[in-house]
Amino acid sequence: MLTIKNLHATVVGKPILKGINLEIGDGEVHAIMGPNGSGKSTLANVIAGREGYEVTEGTITYKGKNLFDLAVEERAREGIFLAFQYPVEIPGVSNIYLLKAAVNAGRKHRGEPDLDAMGFLKLVREKLKLVEMRDEFLHRSINEGFSGGEKKRNEILQMAMLEPTLAVLDETDSGLDIDALKIVANGVNSLRSAERSMIVVTHYQRLLDYIVPDYVHVLAQGKVVKSGGKELAHELEAHGYSWVGDDAKAAAG
Amino acid sequence: MADTGTQLDALVRREYKEGFITDIESDTFPPGLDEDVIRALSAKKGEPQFMLDWRLDAFARWQQMREPDWAHVSYPKIDFRSISYYSAPKRPEDGPQSLDEVDPKLLETYEKLGIPIEEQKMLAGVAVDAVFDSVSVATTFKKSLSKAGVIFCPISEAVHEHPELIKKYLGSVVPVTDNFYASLNAAVFSDGSFVYVPKGVRCPMELSTYFRINAMNTGQFERTLIVAEEGSYVSYLEGCTAPMRDENQLHAAVVELVAMKDAEIKYSTVQNWYPGDEEGRGGIYNFVTKRGICRGERAKISWTQVETGSAITWKYPSVVLEGDHSIGQFYSVALTNNMQQADTGTKMIHVGKDTSSTIVSKGISAGRGQQSYRGLVKALKSAENARNHSQCDSLLMGDKCGAHTFPYIEIKNPTAKVEHEATTSRIGEDQLFYCRQRGLSEEDAVSMIVNGFCKEVFRELPMEFAVEAQKLLGISLEGAVG
Ligand SMILES: Nc1ncnc2c1ncn2[C@@H]1O[C@H](COP(=O)(O)OP(=O)(O)OP(=O)(O)O)[C@@H](O)[C@H]1O
Ligand SMILES: [Mg+2]
Repeated sequence: MLTIKNLHATVVGKPILKGINLEIGDGEVHAIMGPNGSGKSTLANVIAGREGYEVTEGTITYKGKNLFDLAVEERAREGIFLAFQYPVEIPGVSNIYLLKAAVNAGRKHRGEPDLDAMGFLKLVREKLKLVEMRDEFLHRSINEGFSGGEKKRNEILQMAMLEPTLAVLDETDSGLDIDALKIVANGVNSLRSAERSMIVVTHYQRLLDYIVPDYVHVLAQGKVVKSGGKELAHELEAHGYSWVGDDAKAAAG
Repeated sequence: MADTGTQLDALVRREYKEGFITDIESDTFPPGLDEDVIRALSAKKGEPQFMLDWRLDAFARWQQMREPDWAHVSYPKIDFRSISYYSAPKRPEDGPQSLDEVDPKLLETYEKLGIPIEEQKMLAGVAVDAVFDSVSVATTFKKSLSKAGVIFCPISEAVHEHPELIKKYLGSVVPVTDNFYASLNAAVFSDGSFVYVPKGVRCPMELSTYFRINAMNTGQFERTLIVAEEGSYVSYLEGCTAPMRDENQLHAAVVELVAMKDAEIKYSTVQNWYPGDEEGRGGIYNFVTKRGICRGERAKISWTQVETGSAITWKYPSVVLEGDHSIGQFYSVALTNNMQQADTGTKMIHVGKDTSSTIVSKGISAGRGQQSYRGLVKALKSAENARNHSQCDSLLMGDKCGAHTFPYIEIKNPTAKVEHEATTSRIGEDQLFYCRQRGLSEEDAVSMIVNGFCKEVFRELPMEFAVEAQKLLGISLEGAVG
């Protein structure tokens, strides 16, 4: 699905990612943890193709293609989805309008006809149930006046509608109460399949109790300093990141 | 939209039939303006004495006036003596002979708006063979209007057919002394529309398509007068989303609206004059005076406008709220891109008791566009309990454009309440990225965000117009980001 090799990236000339290697197979869920400022969101943005994030070295291959050849929207249409850490508000544009435009942009890309109004409505109602959101949200402006938790659920609604092949969830659990966390996790789990891979960025073991990852990686200062199975998250919870730091040093030495 | 071309052709053909073309073709006045020019102009139109006197009076006053310089726009001084004040429609041979000779950029826009070929030719001033079948559309229109008792005709015709109405109302809202451009217009106005809706009549259709035909030949000094008698209603649409070119750089139009007791006039405009090239060369200067008066109780006037064209726009549609409980509304979207400059806004003059007004102004600046909102809310001593709510939002794209807000408030009655809100925002890179990450192209994303910004105004437009306006905005902004 996704192969990242020796990835270096800078933001405003400042090196942030310093040689990341990551291999994500079909259907796998990888959790990425790491201290604030270690570069997790930067990695997510580089994968999505955001402007201002300059790749200085290394490669990313997605479904056998050079990812850097694709524009932001092309990556999206090819099935890359980023659930934002901070979803933006777009006043005056209804949620349903963006959903429809997004779904149809993907369909057009795949050579499928636009979904008709009825078909679309049916689909969106189904997905709303999944994230336990009311119809009313469809007609509100995108994220405007949404609570923190509602914004995150809205991201999962979009993901459910777009059915991506690679979903990157950037701290989708932050700001969620315990019920919302379960709802979001359920939504995500229902989308797990052999063809769909996920990168789940989080600070907390708690989320990983619900969305159980196949692998856990720890990012520190722009590098993957430790990788392991799901138990790694528990160890981190118990010992903190400095433990990984020492461990990483020890491993290197 | 699709019908406009054929109807235009029909009109052209009718003129040929009447042998009218050969007559007016021969004479275009030499540049310059004096009393003789005005006399000749009036004679050319066969106007009655009262009309000539009115023009001459306006001219005398205009000569005493100075061009205003307070607007936040800059342009080379206009030499009013270098303008020809009467010119017949161009001969086909003088214009481009085929679409091949027309600016490809303009054609590209027509394509995107989905304008049929024949109509493209019309708009671009290409000679067209007038071999179309539908004089009938316009005729059907006229029939159902006259059945309702609505008068809708060129103002030049109304001068002859309905002189008592013209005498009574022309200049009653925008007096000949009002301002420099309005006085000039009064002296030399070319043509325009006249609408009269009798007492209790709800005009059976939006006065639109038909007008788009009229709009073609009204020339650079257009004059429109709409009178809605007690309890009547009319919705009037001016303009066209397709960009229009004109030989005349200066346009100084006057629009007057009169709403009697319980009458409502809804006036919607989509203005898309040629803005000039990327450096602003060749664009239209648009200096417009638009004003309505609510004469009686509970009268209502609303102006809705979408302004995307012209190199320079100077325009303040206003409402005088004379009748008690009368209502004035102003909804505006103005877009300036490249080198465009716009100084626009509104005036709400509260005279009667319990009068209320609403102002919603959305300004979008891109490129090196400069835009100012200038609004006046005035409540006279008599305006007991007057209410106003103003909302002025500016959206900036890029860092070379500018938005400026000049709200003026004059309150003479302590019971009056005025609220003013203003915001300035920038189309965020984060908003664009968000939409593109969901699969939208950059252009679709921009257009979606901008249309969201303008939503409150678009929903005031008649449906068909609103759809066109949204499309237009998207096209006008292409290449503005990235
Ligand atoms: N636009 C920017 N301008 C300057 N510095 C930036 C910019 N974007 C990111 N950075 C810097 O890059 C580093 C990595 O940021 P990033 O957002 O990737 O961290 P993170 O691992 O996601 O942290 P968190 O856990 O707090 O979300 C930080 O030091 C941050 O300040
Ligand atoms: Mg982050």
